[in-house]
Amino acid sequence: MLEIKDLYWSLPDGEAIINGISCRTNGGLTVITGPNGGGKTTLAKLIAGVEKPVSGQILLNGEDITELDITERAKRGVAYAFQQPVRFKGLTVRDLLELAASGSLDHAALCGLLGKVGLCAEEYIDREMSGALSGGEAKRIEIATVLARGAKLSVFDEPEAGIDLWSFSRLVETFEEIRAAATGELIVISHQERILQIADDIIVVADGKIRIAGKREEILPALLQGEYTCACPKRMGDCK
Amino acid sequence: MSDLLNLNFNDITGEMLKVISDFDAGKGFAGAYNIREDSQCAGRQSSANIAITSKTDKPGIDITVKPFTKGETVFIPACVTHTAVDDLVYNDFYIGEGADVIIVAGCGVHNEGEEDARHNGIHRFFLEPNSSVLYKEKHIGTGDGAGLKKIDPVTECFLKENSRLEMDTIQLGGVDRSTRTTNAELGKNAKIIVRERIMTDNAEEAITNFHVKLEGEDSGADLVSRSVAKGNSHQAFYSVVEGNNRCTGHSACDAIIADNGKVDAQPALNASNVDAELIHEAAIGKIAGEQIMKLCSLGLTKEQAEEKIIEGFLK
Repeated sequence: MLEIKDLYWSLPDGEAIINGISCRTNGGLTVITGPNGGGKTTLAKLIAGVEKPVSGQILLNGEDITELDITERAKRGVAYAFQQPVRFKGLTVRDLLELAASGSLDHAALCGLLGKVGLCAEEYIDREMSGALSGGEAKRIEIATVLARGAKLSVFDEPEAGIDLWSFSRLVETFEEIRAAATGELIVISHQERILQIADDIIVVADGKIRIAGKREEILPALLQGEYTCACPKRMGDCK
Repeated sequence: MSDLLNLNFNDITGEMLKVISDFDAGKGFAGAYNIREDSQCAGRQSSANIAITSKTDKPGIDITVKPFTKGETVFIPACVTHTAVDDLVYNDFYIGEGADVIIVAGCGVHNEGEEDARHNGIHRFFLEPNSSVLYKEKHIGTGDGAGLKKIDPVTECFLKENSRLEMDTIQLGGVDRSTRTTNAELGKNAKIIVRERIMTDNAEEAITNFHVKLEGEDSGADLVSRSVAKGNSHQAFYSVVEGNNRCTGHSACDAIIADNGKVDAQPALNASNVDAELIHEAAIGKIAGEQIMKLCSLGLTKEQAEEKIIEGFLK
């Protein structure tokens, strides 16, 4: 379980991006959604330890991990799928998956992991995670590296971005499988209705704050009707 | 083992052979071989299809591969094991028509003394039509004497019609000075593929010079150099790819610099035919922060991440 208390983060020029976020996940699958530029990716990075907050606290299963760096958080069971996959000249898909799994993986295990993101192990395990892979391929491998960790808490930042419809369907199934097996908690940043529909909890983040949070059954209907999204200023009568 | 009866080298050479040519002390070399130690022959064996003979006019050997020889490997490692050795050797490879062989040519220099130790191997490759060679070369320097450890290979390649030469070269530290010069002339539909990886540290210096002339119609060259310069080391990559016919040429120089390392990359493309397609890519920079961050997110420390990134880059 993740608990965030009064979290703040600003850009180096002082512009505030996260403006006092407090929330708590309850296990299962939590989807963080909200308008572009609202602070969702920054929140994910703060959870993973990629960025450090200006103030506030982050607790994982009751332990304060705010001051821990990304490596220490990873060792405590936090996994993070980057929105933009990182490319490596020389490191192969197998290298990355084995680093993620902290040990060698047999062919069946590699097939299993890549199959979850709609890739065939035969074609990919010996390929470099370099610019030679398409954006969608790299994105799916990035997601597979997080699945390989079998972490207590896995954070996915817009996993749907850049991947095709068929791979996306397989990915949704994978999230459902993880949730059903209760092997780890998932936080997924997404705008996709199909992912929102399988969430246990939904948190709407906008302007660096939580606009609303709660059970999917409560939040999603209103969200789909536009109640918690940004309205056009013209419609609101604020446009000069 | 009868193969081992011809071997007579010291322990330092024995250790270096394990690294530079995957030598197995129990099994010896599986194929023809010539081991050079401190300017002397420390073991030689020809095979039915690969003859190794001494030159009569200067130090070195001729390696002659019979036409249509397939699947054989010839080992020609060279080691310098003490200070004040300046080893110069001329090795010529004659690859018969239609042959397809592997040549393993590692070099190790060990120096615990005050004076320099150097190996300078001048290799010439003559590839007859339709022949193919995979040339594997690994260089190391060991020993902590004040004298420099130097390896300066010069390689001249002459590729006839439809022949193919793949050069896989690697130098992973310990060599204080290295100047590698590779020149190639390609005939019709001949191909040369070069994969070079160099890591330097401390005050080491490594210079690479490539000059490839694509003379034949549909000839092709693909040169890829990856280098890591750490400490106060310096590397230079100079390449010239000449397209004098309808041909394809690609060269790429990727370098990672760390600490006070320096890398110069000066690639040149010269085309004298409208159908010559020549491309060059070059990139020099430090390890990207996001790469370290990604590996840290898998549980590696920053130091482990850097090590893994460099290991993969030079693999």
